[in-house]
Amino acid sequence: MLDLINVAYDTQIPNNVGLSSDKRVLKALEKWHPGYINWWNDLGPDGFQESLVYLRTAVSVDPKGWAKFDYVKMPEYRWGILLAPQAEGRTIPCGEHVGQPAWQEVPGEYRNMLKRLIVIQGDTEPASVEQQRHLGKTAPSLYDMRNLFQVNVEEGRHLWAMVYLLQKYFGADGREEADDLLRRTSGSEEAPRMLGAFNEATPDWLSFFMFTYFTDRDGKMQLESLAQSGFDPLSRTCRFMLTEEAHHMFVGETGVGRVIQATCEAMKEAGIDDPYDIEKVRALGVIDLPTIQKKLNLHYSLSLDLFGSEVSTNAANAFNAGIKGRYQEAKIDDDHQLHSDTYPVIQLKDGKIVWEDVPALSAINMRLRDDYVRDASGGVKRWNATIEKTGVQFEMKMPHQGFYRHIGVFADANVDPDGAIISKEEWDAKKDEWLPTKADGDFIQSLMKPVWEPGKFASWIAPPRVGIDNKPGDFEYVKLHMA
Amino acid sequence: MNAPLKQHLIDPEICIRCYTCEEACPVDAITHNEDNVVVDASKCDFCMSCIAPCPTGSIDNWRVVLEPYSLEEQMEWMELPEQAEIAKPEGSDQDGGDIEALEDSVERLLAEAHAGAGGKAKAPATATKPSINLYNLKKPATATVQGNYRLTSEGADSDVRHIILDLGNQHFPVLEGQSVGIQPPGTDENGNPYLPRLYSISSPRDGERPNTNNLSLTVKREEHGVCSNYVCDLKKGDEVKLTGPFGATFLMPNDPQANIVMICTGTGSAPFRAFTMRRQRTAGEGGAMMRLFFGARTSDALPYFGPLKKVPDTVLEKHLVFSRAEAVEKEYVQDRMLKQKASLAELIRADDTHVYVCGLKAMEEGVEAAFQAIADEAGSDWHAIRDAMRESGRYHVETY
Repeated sequence: MLDLINVAYDTQIPNNVGLSSDKRVLKALEKWHPGYINWWNDLGPDGFQESLVYLRTAVSVDPKGWAKFDYVKMPEYRWGILLAPQAEGRTIPCGEHVGQPAWQEVPGEYRNMLKRLIVIQGDTEPASVEQQRHLGKTAPSLYDMRNLFQVNVEEGRHLWAMVYLLQKYFGADGREEADDLLRRTSGSEEAPRMLGAFNEATPDWLSFFMFTYFTDRDGKMQLESLAQSGFDPLSRTCRFMLTEEAHHMFVGETGVGRVIQATCEAMKEAGIDDPYDIEKVRALGVIDLPTIQKKLNLHYSLSLDLFGSEVSTNAANAFNAGIKGRYQEAKIDDDHQLHSDTYPVIQLKDGKIVWEDVPALSAINMRLRDDYVRDASGGVKRWNATIEKTGVQFEMKMPHQGFYRHIGVFADANVDPDGAIISKEEWDAKKDEWLPTKADGDFIQSLMKPVWEPGKFASWIAPPRVGIDNKPGDFEYVKLHMA
Repeated sequence: MNAPLKQHLIDPEICIRCYTCEEACPVDAITHNEDNVVVDASKCDFCMSCIAPCPTGSIDNWRVVLEPYSLEEQMEWMELPEQAEIAKPEGSDQDGGDIEALEDSVERLLAEAHAGAGGKAKAPATATKPSINLYNLKKPATATVQGNYRLTSEGADSDVRHIILDLGNQHFPVLEGQSVGIQPPGTDENGNPYLPRLYSISSPRDGERPNTNNLSLTVKREEHGVCSNYVCDLKKGDEVKLTGPFGATFLMPNDPQANIVMICTGTGSAPFRAFTMRRQRTAGEGGAMMRLFFGARTSDALPYFGPLKKVPDTVLEKHLVFSRAEAVEKEYVQDRMLKQKASLAELIRADDTHVYVCGLKAMEEGVEAAFQAIADEAGSDWHAIRDAMRESGRYHVETY
């Protein structure tokens, strides 16, 4: 009998999908595998392929088995194909087919739409590994280095997850798309990654933390809505990916929080009360709060762009087709078809920001973005609690959703962080107060010096409150073997 | 008065609100508002399905309470409340501090065993937070016997056994120094079920071998002892019902540089085997020296005599003493302690020294007298030192 909970190791590719009895897909994946390993070695974490990293690997997809910790060399990580258990009697949760049995095979009429969603999702996974490949060299601690690598190997696994769907359900086209996922490269001139935010470099650790907090959270919301897909294999894949994605959220939220904490504690110790006394604060070897706010502004706005246009026909079609739901679709109390519902959407009318009710079906992106904003504000609240605890007078804020946008209704407008529409001249004069400048970047870069002694942390980041896997503070999370 | 109750809680300062636990919970005990993720005490049955999936560790928090915190209260929290001092169950002469068990009978047994320390037992400051009483008589864990080995030689006059219990897929987190309860099957002459017995765990938290979900016990066969005979006769493959884990104070410090002095007789060595293995696994030879004063009648009656010899002297300074060995003068642990008075006097003055005494009640007096003499000679006040050590979780007695 097929064991669909525990991971089988009887093929080169660990899986819980019975790969050993699915020769066609097994062969296709085995053919893809060497290219993946090459990609990992060429574009994965630079300089640490021989190091032993304390990573978690899933040995089953039930709660007891999916977080087994041990030392492993990253190229030997068991990337596998893991789907959440099939829910019996699951039905299509939304759109015109709502209530019908969920599809176990690709519905022909939505084949292309589905493939495109999977390819876009798949393309972001290796992209972030590429963007972050140089960060290991400036890790502020072995703890943080380990967390980076955990994120990286799991993004690698998420690529596998999408490639499996392409190989299994999309035939020759799927194979081609799977190959292309390894061909495109973040920041490349001739074959860049598909989404803008994934072609920007991640130059320093604060950017990494902001990226995992804000940009990976877009990924989380996309996964949440794909987990609501009527195409059951996609839903199951995404449900398991979400359990891993939670770790990435954790790295971002606690990473930024620890940077903030180090700053506030250093200020208190030095008797500096004014958070805007930037030179003095920077002299302490920590990142001043206004600069952290600027980084927040930047990453938040770039991430909002990933949700696409507020009003979107594509999103409406995907929802109506039942292949992409809303955030926590099953918990929403409505008809799940949105025939006559409306949803308030932000608009720019005659130079003013207004809210307008539009047909809810066309506002799927807006709704997901609203859910995202709510979700993201939770961490900002925690960061402010940290600041408040130290007695420093400062508050982190998420800027207005019109601020520094390149997609959607605000693409051509100049909006300040408080939501006021301003002139181009005013924007140009003020933008350095709101967004990180080259000088800010240079300063942050100057702090990026490796700290690799177990239990030690760079001056600009506080130690975590709890170790990974409950390990003590001086645990050697990475055993370095430098090439 | 309500009986104390253990409540599962989430640390709101560490939680990142990913709701993974909420998805993992099979009984829908976990819910959230915009700020916090919270656990419903009336639904949570401690199945532990939520523990491993949590990416932050915030989920693994427990408080003993008389009245559980409501969902509304938890949703308002900015931080987790401290463990409140709670009156002990009736019959215990302790008045608060760490809760060692939620069952009165077990709590009383442990309170009695720890009484020799002269006051309220406290856990070492750097000890890992223990889980207690995850399993009880109504809902015991089932372990399978993986092995049962005689530790004392066939000729020795005592039969001490090393028993390895496999826990399968059950979540049974233990710490070195904790105990488990075993209830022998059957009933006594009055037709009542036998009372459970407590046994110290002799393996470290991650199992006999690293990352095995098992634990070992060190059990001496007592003449007419219902439970010890039951346990000593167990065969490979037999199933045993376990309760616990129990104990929240007799724990080892996580700090690898803490000095540890262990004094024991007979099966009192069980927790110290666990301590030593733990230190070796975590600190290798880089930790502070551990010292063991271990008394038995003869070397072939000393449990783990062979394996002990193999522990490097750089890790463990071993004082194995014998009261009935041929051709050597009879020696008890307190005799050896006195011979080591210079180093012990220095150790008990150091503020990173942890002392543990484990074995028969009868050994307490001799050990106490030895410390008294050592302190006197060094011109210090033993009781003051002992009380200070105990207050800071560094003096522990478990005798029976």
